[in-house]
Amino acid sequence: MRDRSFAPSRALIYLIVTLFAAAYLAPLVVVVLNSLRADEEIAQSSMIGWPQHMAWGNYALAWSGFCVAETCSGIRPYMLNSALITIPATIFSTLLGAVAGYAVSLWRFRGDNWIYGIVTLGLFLPQQMRLLPWTIVLRDIGLINTLTGLVLIHTIQGLSFTVLFCRNYYIAIPHELIRAARIDGAGFFRIFWRIILPLSSPILIVTVIWQFTHIWNEFLYGVTFTTGQQQPVTAALIALSAAVADIPHYGVQSAAVIIAALPTLLIYLFGGRYFVRGLTAGAVK
Amino acid sequence: MTDVVSTAVRPGRPATSEMVRRLPEFLMIWVPLLLSAAHLISFSIWTIWISFTPSTLIPVAGWVGLRNYTAVLASRNWQIAFDNLLLFGTAFVLFSLITGLLLAILLDQRIRGENVLRTIFLYPLAVSFVVTGTVWSWLLNPGIGIEKLVHDLGWMTFKFDWLVDRDMAIWTIVIAAIWQSSGFAMALFLAGLRSVDTDIIRAAQIDGAGPIRTYWRVVLPTLWPITVTVVVVQLQFAISAFDLVRALTNGGPGIATQLPALVVYDLMFQRSQLGRGAAAAVLMLLILLAVLLPYAAWRYVRGRRAAHA
Repeated sequence: MRDRSFAPSRALIYLIVTLFAAAYLAPLVVVVLNSLRADEEIAQSSMIGWPQHMAWGNYALAWSGFCVAETCSGIRPYMLNSALITIPATIFSTLLGAVAGYAVSLWRFRGDNWIYGIVTLGLFLPQQMRLLPWTIVLRDIGLINTLTGLVLIHTIQGLSFTVLFCRNYYIAIPHELIRAARIDGAGFFRIFWRIILPLSSPILIVTVIWQFTHIWNEFLYGVTFTTGQQQPVTAALIALSAAVADIPHYGVQSAAVIIAALPTLLIYLFGGRYFVRGLTAGAVK
Repeated sequence: MTDVVSTAVRPGRPATSEMVRRLPEFLMIWVPLLLSAAHLISFSIWTIWISFTPSTLIPVAGWVGLRNYTAVLASRNWQIAFDNLLLFGTAFVLFSLITGLLLAILLDQRIRGENVLRTIFLYPLAVSFVVTGTVWSWLLNPGIGIEKLVHDLGWMTFKFDWLVDRDMAIWTIVIAAIWQSSGFAMALFLAGLRSVDTDIIRAAQIDGAGPIRTYWRVVLPTLWPITVTVVVVQLQFAISAFDLVRALTNGGPGIATQLPALVVYDLMFQRSQLGRGAAAAVLMLLILLAVLLPYAAWRYVRGRRAAHA
């Protein structure tokens, strides 16, 4: 197993993993290369090729010059929208999830298991079951086609994940710690602030990465509840592909794709270990 | 809020001021939890109710029995979507399991550069399905993608036009989905392989078992619980797949790569058939339950067994 007694086959192992790695990296490499190629160059050959002249202009155009529908502002405003949705929704859902997770795991109250069970059902309920009700709720409270509306949706729906993550983490904290603090007269928030929160960084990092990636990448709600200038970048990318279907501008589109994927790719590169921990949490038991 | 450890309430303190003092705590606990639980329950009930009404452009009261369901089930769009889901779900889950397991076993051989390789296999998971779908739609497009490249290299008879081939287009979604999510299976399997007791492995080797036999007889059987988890998660993804298909084929050519999630969207927001759209959404939920209920039962039985052992 994990010793080196199978030396003869090691070359084969390296060959296979290298081939797989190449296959996994290929799409990213192709898009990066294309983002630096002129449209004529791509049209003459194929999507797969080495840039002859570095067309850095693609990035400038994708960022702030290209037209989506009738607006020629590039994907900058949509990136800003996504940031304005993702950052608050990640912070709110993580904080509320931490407090609620702490409450259901360490401050038992009547019906806590029921409430917790219903909240985690949200992990399984298809988005499609919630599309119409959200449309009506957002319209009635005047938040349809607003970024605030999407923040609200992602905060409430994100609780299913964040409560689950935090609760599973807090349940391992010894109850004696809480009991001792209570005897000293500390209340709910004081214990949370002074004892729980300082212990929470591992789970909070996992939760933040998870929520940020999910909300940034979300598409269905973005395309259903917002139009035009209010859309997040995932919805704008689809609109961009539709807009250039007649005269393709693959170079600019590739640059737009790279820019749109950059925030989550960077988060993954710097927080990948925690990302994996979040993925495998609870599965290996 | 009757917590079991609460014995520190000072005697004689009036109950109302105690209530006021603890109001922020009540709000912070109950508001998010109740909002989350209440929206899940009320939204589900509401969508189920709408699926039994004659609603078209706007929700209206009324009762049409199962008419919306029979209409959806009889429609060609749904039938194709359902067949596609069966094929896509099975192929995607099977191949991503095999790929993930293979990669995990290879990475478990103490090879150099494991961290870099793991990063490479997992990065597609961090990228949105919209990006993934867009990129694969270029690569698989015979006019500008892999087929064109091979033609330019001189092999003119090479054909790889699944994206525009009615019968094969669904397989392009399988390819993109495997690329996107097999890293997830790998991560879980790898974590499982690393948690196998090394004493058992050593014992098998002392008994003269070779590497393949050791894996087959000793290591892989311990991975069953993880396999079940991976299958359930991947199936759940397959059933609700929307973004990937939207970006890759948009259900086309024609309706050849239609999936239930696209049918729901189409009925609700493009054809203004709210009742039928809701019925299709409930059907999606039922398909999901067909996967999740056996899983829940399995977890329950396993939990009981573990408790008795």
